[in-house]
Amino acid sequence: MRSETEGYVRKTLIPPAPPPRRLGGPLAWMRTNLFATWTDGLVTVLILAALAWLVPLALRFLVLDAVWTGTSGEACRPEVAGRPVGACWAFIGGKINYLAYGSYPAAERWRPNLFFALLAFGAAWMLWLGAPKRAWGAAYLFGVFPLLAYALLAGMPSVGLASVATGLWGGLLVTVVVSMVGIVASLPLGILLALGRRSDWPVVRYACIGFIEFWRGVPLITVLFMANVMLPLFLPGDVTVDRLVRPLVGIALFAAAYMAEVVRGGLQAIPAGQMQAALALGLTRTQALRAVVLPQALKIVVPGIVNTLIGLFKDTTLVSIVGIADFIRVLEAARADPRWSAPAVPATAYAFAALFYFAICFSMARYAGFIERRLAAGEAR
Amino acid sequence: MRVVRPKAALLLALALLGAPLPARAEPAKAEPARAEGTLAQVKARGHLVCGVSPGVAGFSVPDGQGRWTGLDVDFCRALAAAIFDDPEAVRFIPQSSAARFTALQSGEIDVLARNTTWTLSRDTAAMNFPAITFYDGQGFLVRKSLDITQVRQLDRATICLQQGTTTELNLADWFRTRGLTQSVVTFANSEQTLGAYESGRCDAYSTDQSSLYGERLKTAHPDEHVILSEAISKEPFAPGVRQGDDQWRDIVAWTHYAMLDAEEAGIRQDNIAQMRREALSPDVKRILGLEGAYGARLGLTADWAARIVRHVGNYGDSFARNLGDATPLKIPRGLNALWNQGGLQYGPPIR
Repeated sequence: MRSETEGYVRKTLIPPAPPPRRLGGPLAWMRTNLFATWTDGLVTVLILAALAWLVPLALRFLVLDAVWTGTSGEACRPEVAGRPVGACWAFIGGKINYLAYGSYPAAERWRPNLFFALLAFGAAWMLWLGAPKRAWGAAYLFGVFPLLAYALLAGMPSVGLASVATGLWGGLLVTVVVSMVGIVASLPLGILLALGRRSDWPVVRYACIGFIEFWRGVPLITVLFMANVMLPLFLPGDVTVDRLVRPLVGIALFAAAYMAEVVRGGLQAIPAGQMQAALALGLTRTQALRAVVLPQALKIVVPGIVNTLIGLFKDTTLVSIVGIADFIRVLEAARADPRWSAPAVPATAYAFAALFYFAICFSMARYAGFIERRLAAGEAR
Repeated sequence: MRVVRPKAALLLALALLGAPLPARAEPAKAEPARAEGTLAQVKARGHLVCGVSPGVAGFSVPDGQGRWTGLDVDFCRALAAAIFDDPEAVRFIPQSSAARFTALQSGEIDVLARNTTWTLSRDTAAMNFPAITFYDGQGFLVRKSLDITQVRQLDRATICLQQGTTTELNLADWFRTRGLTQSVVTFANSEQTLGAYESGRCDAYSTDQSSLYGERLKTAHPDEHVILSEAISKEPFAPGVRQGDDQWRDIVAWTHYAMLDAEEAGIRQDNIAQMRREALSPDVKRILGLEGAYGARLGLTADWAARIVRHVGNYGDSFARNLGDATPLKIPRGLNALWNQGGLQYGPPIR
């Protein structure tokens, strides 16, 4: 028991406390993010070890040991090069025109080039948020550009552009055309289908349900086979539909069905009160949809939309199975050339395809991430 | 902040549905009725449509500019040269092996030149094989160091194969009927098969000989491997046409025979002008169309065969350019030599 007089008066100084753990700097960041617990530390070490093993291997194959120049596969043989040989980029260089345009006539290749430039212009206009008059950009990309591209690529003899049969198109050109048509058609079509599926009119509703469930119920490869192999047998002899157009229509309808379900997910997340409030304010149903419901619904489903678009872009390689010379198909055909036969060529071809698809899909994903952050700015406040 | 633009979204939705997409803008082109012969259709169209393989070394391969080359491709060009005097008046449609016969049936292609083996079941199934353009057979790729010259010596060997082809069946039959044994390892695709063979998992790699020459080039040291000259199956590659059009069938057959007869008569792409001036033998005169009107019987012009040789060359020219020693493949003529040089290629006389 302490005596009353002692009180709480301290006679000595409290020993100074140790400085707080560092909150800033790379060491602190590593401690909190990489080595917070024993498990974290172990995972970090394992991943670092894997990277230390894989990155030099990849770097050696893709860059350090790669053969950059040459006129035939001989240049990519170790005994000719006089050193270990990695990727045979000379093969890609030798075939680059074929990979880009397929068999598109050499004299007319300015047309695909112009097409790529117009596409890049339209995409930049619509996707760069700081661009002026972006609504016009969208109208250009979705309305004017498809017509322009069609006249440019397929030809329009009336204005002096010789027609080029779609059978001659190939490579990057076909992959871009197929995915653009899929993307450009599936988004609006999907929105309409999603709205139709929620319509009060039974005819519209059941038609949309039937359409969506039919296209979701069949594999894409079956659609493509039907379009390119079976359809000509059913059609009368004097009716032919272009053999690039057939799978294009198939892919567009297929992608639209998936897109419709993604958009419907967004629409269902919007409380009915939003529509009711808009109607109570005197808006028409169309106005309410356009100004109140759709903006909120689409904002929610941006990840789903981008997911579908990336899937669609990669699915376009399936057209190679029905004889359309897409990027993968031309890469395979180029690989068969005996003049370019070397052990490193198949790996090079696949590495090139992987880099190509990764670059495009990753850019799509990053752009979508940026848009999501912009859209979420309101919620962060 | 103006990020979501419902106006633009709706606008573009409407624009899209209203505006014809490239996909729909293509008008359905009317083709001449099927009742007409294939030749008339081809002439009306202005070009031949030829189904080829999407990439087989030496037979149909696109070059760096996307121009198709190869023995099958040359055959189509020869056909176009005979009809139009223009080897470029042909459109090539690469056909997967699954879709090739349907493409021919549906009239999508006029002729299928896609190293297709002529068999009875295919011949009776609504198509014809007018002439054999390449005699192939199932062969074996082995290491030179094994010192093997005959297939018999592969008794008790391990053989690498690709799954899902007739090669496995052929191999089993051939070995069983001779009282020999072998063990087979199969793989999903040619890359894996070749990889297994190269890594020493098998003593031999078996598939069509024409493909083995291409496969050998993909090994690290092509000189260390050899393809046995002996074949254990018959794989006659022939162009295919639809049944019921005898004129077209004749044209396809005689395009090949003209190339053989030209080779036999010594008419080459590089000497045809001189041969035409000198035209010593009646054979040469008949082939070049200087005597008789044989082209007219096919529905073609008198100089139809001369056009083929001038634009594409004779069979030997085409073989040398695509498969022979001048190419990395270095496939020997073998069975594909002319009949008077120990081969099977025999062109009936143009008379």
